[in-house]
Amino acid sequence: MTTTEMHSGVRVGGWSWVWRPWMVLVTVVLAALTFLVFCVSISVGDFTVELPAVFRTIFGQGERVDEFVIMDLRMPRSLIGLIVGVALGISGALTQSIARNPLASPDVLGITGGASATAVFLVTVSGGAAVTGAVGLPAAALTGGLLTGLLVYFLAWRRGIDGFRLILIGVSVSAVMQALTTWLLVLADIRDVARAQSWLVGSLDSRSWTEVWTTLWVTIALVVVVLVVSFQMQPMHFGDDVAAGLGVRYSAVRAVLLLCAVLLAGVAVSAAGPVPFVALVAPQITMRLLRSPVPPLIASGLFGALLLIGSDLIARTVLPNDLPVGIVTAIIGGPFLVYLLVRQNVKKVDL
Amino acid sequence: MEQRGLDPAPVRASPRRLRGLVVLVALLAVAAVLSLVIGARSLSPAEVWQGLFGDPGTDQRLTEITLIVQTLRIPRTVLAIVAGLALGVAGALIQGHTRNPIADTGLLGVNSGASFAVVLAVSVFGLQNPLQYMWFAFIGAAGAGVLVFGLSSLGRGAGNPLTLALAGQGVTVFLAAMTVGIAMGDKLTLNVLRYWNAGSVQGIGWNVIIVAAVFVAAGLVLALVNLPTINLLNLGDDVARGLGVNIAAGRTIGVVAVTLLAGAATAACGPIAFLGLMVAHIARWITGPDYRFLVPCAGLLGALVLLGGDVMGRLVVLPGELAAGIVIALIGAPFFAALVWLGKFRQA
Repeated sequence: MTTTEMHSGVRVGGWSWVWRPWMVLVTVVLAALTFLVFCVSISVGDFTVELPAVFRTIFGQGERVDEFVIMDLRMPRSLIGLIVGVALGISGALTQSIARNPLASPDVLGITGGASATAVFLVTVSGGAAVTGAVGLPAAALTGGLLTGLLVYFLAWRRGIDGFRLILIGVSVSAVMQALTTWLLVLADIRDVARAQSWLVGSLDSRSWTEVWTTLWVTIALVVVVLVVSFQMQPMHFGDDVAAGLGVRYSAVRAVLLLCAVLLAGVAVSAAGPVPFVALVAPQITMRLLRSPVPPLIASGLFGALLLIGSDLIARTVLPNDLPVGIVTAIIGGPFLVYLLVRQNVKKVDL
Repeated sequence: MEQRGLDPAPVRASPRRLRGLVVLVALLAVAAVLSLVIGARSLSPAEVWQGLFGDPGTDQRLTEITLIVQTLRIPRTVLAIVAGLALGVAGALIQGHTRNPIADTGLLGVNSGASFAVVLAVSVFGLQNPLQYMWFAFIGAAGAGVLVFGLSSLGRGAGNPLTLALAGQGVTVFLAAMTVGIAMGDKLTLNVLRYWNAGSVQGIGWNVIIVAAVFVAAGLVLALVNLPTINLLNLGDDVARGLGVNIAAGRTIGVVAVTLLAGAATAACGPIAFLGLMVAHIARWITGPDYRFLVPCAGLLGALVLLGGDVMGRLVVLPGELAAGIVIALIGAPFFAALVWLGKFRQA
């Protein structure tokens, strides 16, 4: 990487940053692309609204018909996609930074496994119909996920959070949850299995504004906390000793950030189900796009959102039958990650 | 690999290491006996002996015992040992090569490749019999492994374990999504997939076991060749290169070995997650970081855990059975987590 280049700094009061034009440029481009795809995703459907009309409506000057189609029908779905993508991307970047492990994702924190096991339990054992109503299942799954996440958190806590212990405890707890899920699926009636499976892949179908607002405010609050606290995180990439030497209370910082990662993943799971892979791939892809040595937070969030709403758009328009967004995300994101890796290997002489 | 002037350190069989080896083999033997005795119909050791070597003649009870022992108990015991050995060795190898404590045997895509092929076999070719789609699983596991390895070694990637791991993840999620996508539209396939996912050594015939064993044997040979090299690679690539190790060749042999071992085991039993990861850490705790001891120990532990998991699976939900893969995760993972919590493991 280009570590030998000199970077100039930016200082605002007591805060200072290194000025990296490429990273800023890519982040801005990602943001613009995300906004564009967001607009396209609310413009297309059974009733197509032209893009200019979409812009007008978003900024409050649209016609009645457009406003109904966009605000009432399409906006909730796309907004949830956007928020879930941001939450997953940032959660993944945090997890990989804290664990200092590129293979770690919030799955390792137990959230996804716990939520899946809970949801499958509800669908298969209690017969499904009673709880699959829009209110019951996401809330119950979220509770299961958060309890599992906290279990991992406290088991990994021994005079502070240690990345190595955290991920090993995390994979153990996740393995248990995964096994429970598999067991429940084996025991269940095949119709319930199909229902459970459709929740397990994650979906953005039939969203309402109530869900959007809760998800939105919780996510914004968490992201603000993360951005403020993560200012202390940069030195942590050099290891605990260096960070401590530079005056970072790394134990506290890590504890807060990890809790935020757990909660962000929880928000995402409750809103869209356990959408796989976004949290793992978004930080790794943005690292390579930004040429950043560490998982970048904001860009990961943006890329997560882009991947999710882009996949949803493709699922609704190009692909034949309505595939759930979780599947399309993986089908697009997987090969894209492999492509970036291969390109990096073929082009660069040394890493 | 040419390593002139660089003889591996002599393999010192310290009493502790020898004792450990003997204990593991003894435990494995006990587990094998239990595996023959315990089941929906318990047999006494004498009956097992009779079933193995006796002549049933026309006695109906003896014929039945012979049938149970020879066509049910022996094959699953042998398969549990072979697959467990393979997964244990593969787990230790993949952790040694990636130096990543959460690397598991599914990392290189073999599990998802096998599952995808099974789903294809059921949904597209309409196969229903496990003995038929087993062959698809072999091809799928091998195909995914070759794809991951080929993609990650384009250009100058051959020596980079992180590239390999991430490429493995990319291919894994792609195949997993395709698998679920196909299975969701087709209840028959979904039904096969859910049993396949549980991971079990039950009801697999000799023809599959023998093929799996051949691949596992080839993988074990490569793994043995690879052991001294892993020790050197773990000194860091620069030091290893300075000592005359051909890094790309070392990694390639290791990856091919992992693919053969994990692929064969997965094709025969279905995906058994966590086993390889778990025994690799436990083996490191027992033997220390020398891979010439660590890997054999992980192999024996893997066989012991899979066999033990299978036996336990026959006991916990009588008169039914619980798949070994589920038992291992449900009982093994908490045990493993406790060891982690007690601080028994250190980063590689």
